[in-house]
Amino acid sequence: MSSYDDFDRAKTPVAIRLRQCSCTFNGSGKGRTAQTALHPLDLEIRAGETLVLLGPSGCGKTTTLRIISGLEQPDAGGEVWFGDEEVTNLPIEKRDVGMVFQNYALFPNMNVAANIAYGLRIKGLSDDALKRRVAEMVDMVHLNGYEQRRISELSGGQKQRVALARALAVRPRVLLFDEPLAALDAKLRDRLRVDIGQLLRNLGITAVYVTHDQAEAMALGDRIAVMEKGRIVQLGTPREIYHQPRTAFVADFIGNVNRFKVQGRDAEKLHVEGGYLRAGLHLDAPVLYCRPEDIEICAPDSAPLQGRVLQSVFLGQSQRLLVDTGGDIPLQVESDSRQRWFPGQPIGLSVAGEALFPIADVR
Amino acid sequence: MFSSKTIRSRHGLFLLQLAFTLIVCAFMVVPVLMSVTAGLTENYFVGLKSGLTTRWLLEVWDLYADSIWLSIYLALACLVCTLILGVPAAYGLLKCNRRWAAFVEEMLLMPVAVPGLATALALLLAYGGSQGFRTSWLFILVGHVLFTLPFMMRPVLSVMQAIDVVRLEEAASSLGAGQLKRFFTVVLPNCTGGILAGALMVITLSVGEFNITWMLHTPLTKTLPVGLADSYASMRLEVGSAYTLIFLMMIVPLMMIIQWVGHWATRRAERVGP
Repeated sequence: MSSYDDFDRAKTPVAIRLRQCSCTFNGSGKGRTAQTALHPLDLEIRAGETLVLLGPSGCGKTTTLRIISGLEQPDAGGEVWFGDEEVTNLPIEKRDVGMVFQNYALFPNMNVAANIAYGLRIKGLSDDALKRRVAEMVDMVHLNGYEQRRISELSGGQKQRVALARALAVRPRVLLFDEPLAALDAKLRDRLRVDIGQLLRNLGITAVYVTHDQAEAMALGDRIAVMEKGRIVQLGTPREIYHQPRTAFVADFIGNVNRFKVQGRDAEKLHVEGGYLRAGLHLDAPVLYCRPEDIEICAPDSAPLQGRVLQSVFLGQSQRLLVDTGGDIPLQVESDSRQRWFPGQPIGLSVAGEALFPIADVR
Repeated sequence: MFSSKTIRSRHGLFLLQLAFTLIVCAFMVVPVLMSVTAGLTENYFVGLKSGLTTRWLLEVWDLYADSIWLSIYLALACLVCTLILGVPAAYGLLKCNRRWAAFVEEMLLMPVAVPGLATALALLLAYGGSQGFRTSWLFILVGHVLFTLPFMMRPVLSVMQAIDVVRLEEAASSLGAGQLKRFFTVVLPNCTGGILAGALMVITLSVGEFNITWMLHTPLTKTLPVGLADSYASMRLEVGSAYTLIFLMMIVPLMMIIQWVGHWATRRAERVGP
């Protein structure tokens, strides 16, 4: 069947471009002030890459995703491109996108197989081709034997697998995720995250993934766009975002940071509260940052930084110490979980020079 | 461990509750039973010893068969109208601006809040002049639809909200389904529970509606409840009671059928495969 052969061929991935896409919602209520959900935004998502939109709620990440999907229209002047086709005025049903939602959005009136087949039926696939494709999808998300189950009989993780299979069955041009793991408990979330990551790498499909969970973002994203108040504040690989955060917001949103106010400097030392940091003169910023796991614990008398333990929090695989070195905010130190620390105990710390970084927007 | 004393006092409490429940039940069921026996006795003032008969039932049937059929047709027509108007209206309310939705819903509830007589009076004032319409059963149908429409929309709307129809539709549209396709494959099948609950309400309310109907009816368009008032007012008590019996015989099976259809529909919906 020629139509199926055509359908069977994997599509070459497509790039997504947003040009000057802003989004303003008409306010309701007394003031009736229009609310800007998204400031004019330019974004290029490369063909085949997974881009994660990361940020707190209300930052505009979901609005961006909905503009890409076609569920939301950008304000006049904004453009959405899939490859070299402009899709700004194309309704979602003609855009050829696959979507996975936080609350699954599976059709409760259909069983697992019928849910997966829904888009194929609309495409008008022959019964034969349809059955073959559904079987393929069921296999892909490891739900063999569940084809005839009702949706209400599935666990959350299984539901999201069905949703994934349903979205992928029609071979969409791009795959869009709207916080797909947010409703699952921790263990299940980790497992499904690994599965989704593998799937995205294997398929090589262009994907946009919205989340507020930084661990998810770093595990799945080829690149991450961190958003705040309707703007992208930093766009880069997970490593760049984590190790060279451009703003204090990014540094703080992705993991924890320690802050050192430099009080003076000589040849090899930056003097800070509680001691000094060993670092070259190239770090000329007045405030420097480092991650908790980059602070090392050493013998108190010979240590460059001295302080007292305020609190220790046992986390299982590690422990988090709060150390007072005289600064206004205690340092957070990650240490191995076997050694016991008590409040008031003196502690010596040192930070490797390469772990320190300045943040551009803090002067 | 419970001592035998607490068990005994619990037992006593249970008996007390049982007695209370039975008394309340009796309070409500006895009048119905009296009415039914009255409809089946030869002479109610003499009592049961005058003998049982179906004479009154047959007499009611002879006199009021037209009213009975009219009520059935009217209820079904009313159901069709509320389905065609109410389901899409609920869908529209779900999708439109929240403040508008609240306003529209309040307006739709007006005919329920305002006394039926007032609604009927307004209809008479406005349309009483057009003879053909005024004397046809369609005039009563309008009143019934006005009165029952919110009872169809409420359950449908709450089911739509409960299963998050908006999100389901978004999913369907991402899979390529257009507006109509979405409505018939996703929205409608997932609202059957609400639609059936609404249908049950609409039919029972339409069959039993008296206020509006009494004002709007003509001697040729008399419904069951209007006929009942008529027979109680102008005939023997036995005839009126027999009338009640016929009413019960009609409405009880009707409600059972609708309940059964509801169960059947949900079972079928759950079995649907590709």
